[in-house]
Amino acid sequence: MSDSIIRIENLHKSYITGKNSLHVLKGIDIDIKAGEMVSIMGSSGSGKSTLLNIFGILDNYDEGGYYLNDILISKMSETKAARFRNKYIGFIFQSFNLISFKTALENVALPLYYQNVNRKKRNAIAMEYLDRMGLKEWSNHLPSEMSGGQKQRVAIARALISNPKVILADEPTGALDTKTSYEVMEILQEVNNTGITVIIVTHETDIAQCTERIIRLKDGIIEANEYVTNPAIEVVNG
Amino acid sequence: MIDFFEEIFSTLKQNKLRAIMTGFSVSWGIFMLIILLGSGKGLEHGMEHNFAGAVKNSIWVYSGRTAKAHNGLKAGRTIRFTNEDYDLLRRKLNGVDNISGRLYLYDDISITYKNEYANYRVTCVMPEFNKIETMDFTKGRFINQNDYKKFRKVVVVTQPVIDLLMKNTKDDPIGKYIKLGSIPFEIVGVFNDPEDKTSKKVYIPLSTGQKVFNGGNRIRNLAISTQATTVAENKAIETQLRNILAKRHRFSVDDEKAIYVNNTLEHFKQAQGAFAGIKGFIWIIGIMTIIAGIVGVSNIMIILVKERTKEIGIRKAIGASPSSVVRLILSESVLITGIAGFVGLLLGMGVLFILDKIITSMIEGGADQMNYIFNHPSADFNIAVTATLVLILAGLIAGYMPAKKAAAIKPIEALHDE
Repeated sequence: MSDSIIRIENLHKSYITGKNSLHVLKGIDIDIKAGEMVSIMGSSGSGKSTLLNIFGILDNYDEGGYYLNDILISKMSETKAARFRNKYIGFIFQSFNLISFKTALENVALPLYYQNVNRKKRNAIAMEYLDRMGLKEWSNHLPSEMSGGQKQRVAIARALISNPKVILADEPTGALDTKTSYEVMEILQEVNNTGITVIIVTHETDIAQCTERIIRLKDGIIEANEYVTNPAIEVVNG
Repeated sequence: MIDFFEEIFSTLKQNKLRAIMTGFSVSWGIFMLIILLGSGKGLEHGMEHNFAGAVKNSIWVYSGRTAKAHNGLKAGRTIRFTNEDYDLLRRKLNGVDNISGRLYLYDDISITYKNEYANYRVTCVMPEFNKIETMDFTKGRFINQNDYKKFRKVVVVTQPVIDLLMKNTKDDPIGKYIKLGSIPFEIVGVFNDPEDKTSKKVYIPLSTGQKVFNGGNRIRNLAISTQATTVAENKAIETQLRNILAKRHRFSVDDEKAIYVNNTLEHFKQAQGAFAGIKGFIWIIGIMTIIAGIVGVSNIMIILVKERTKEIGIRKAIGASPSSVVRLILSESVLITGIAGFVGLLLGMGVLFILDKIITSMIEGGADQMNYIFNHPSADFNIAVTATLVLILAGLIAGYMPAKKAAAIKPIEALHDE
């Protein structure tokens, strides 16, 4: 047993499109400890989204090993992958990915539906999480009636409700203005303070500066792995 | 479980118009199926009505005039049946249940009761006759063996005859005497003809008729009910009968004019065969209509899955298993087809019910011929159950392909599909 929550060893991934093979990840080793807040940076095409998809068991890898909570995740059935995602991982997306015809409350409660929690109970829990995000009054609104920041907060509440070990955020601030971006980062930091590992993929330096560690990817290999001594978020707060 | 339905309803609620449009094609299919099958039943009832009067496997033999010279005898001879023909057939003809000879008295015999009188044909029959022709007795009994052997002057009539002769009295007709010509006969039974409620029939024992009205030992025709259950068996009996009578009356066996044989089983089976064809055809049309509905639903579900790719991707990303996605899509499809089909079922049943009421009132209003064409169109319980099963199956088939497609959606692709 180690205290790693996510560990990858010599990870390779290629995309095959017709005759062309695109080698996206060329042997990556990363070890993320439980409770860390890490950002993964890189220009587009660096393989950062692919890496996040593998972390989220949304995609397979070709070579190497991926251990989630010390369990080797190799090719597994969709059903099993779904169970793992539901149990360990919360997703936050750039485009929020809320279900448009469901209210904020229903969106937040949905992961618990797949855990067979009854409606009354899961709505009560969902309300609790919405309250934590300061959106209690918005519980019966549809996503289309909310601002970007509010939508992302709903998405965070949805990611948190299943009590995951890891939050995977793919450009969580990509669709938000600067002020709202920092609000969202603040929330993610609070989430991290409760002991949940947070991994953020971003290409914005100031967002990356809010995290404890930055992993820089370039052309499918790790270019740098640096620890942030003075997270930027304190500066904003001050 | 309730949760599961709430999940489906919440999606359906978002797309009311789509759900209604999808449902309509299924409703229409089921509606047509019910109407078609109900009409089929109506035609069947009409056909059955045509045969209600006679026991289904009966043979009626009428004497005629020879058309061919045979055995040194000229053509054009009139064949006459007598009691001996009856005895002969009773002895020699195999596979027979009942035989009755019939003799008609002349129409001008007046039937009187007190001051009322009427002219109806009086038919002389044997006690077995009511096993060959169906009669619904409302009072009393049919002519029995004692009546026959003792030449009793008893009479059995249909209700309309009583209604006419006894319209001014409230007397119980049983035991009363009516006069046939000048001879009083005791009424022992009153019945209704199931084929025609207005028919006026008067039956007396054949023996009495022959004796009292100078009939000698003559018989006009013979009615036979057989034990046969197939046309072939009945046909064999018919051939045997023809042989026996041809030998006795010395006419050529293949002389169609000497005697005329009416084999009701043959007619019944023919009609039944034709009807089975119609029925099969109706089912095929109905099923085809439903298939059109299924294809419609399937199409819409496929488009729907495409529209919902992202939603399904999200669901999968937050922990929905492929089987739960299949369940979601399939249940939606089954629910749409189920509810829509049920509506179609109810509408179809409703239309049939109204049609039945209209036809019944037409028949009561005197359009008796409707009875023979089309009556009581109805979809029975079995059809309703079958239709329901067809529906559920239709929903499953319609949803299967789209559901498979939905389950195969990769969350990453779905989520990047902006």
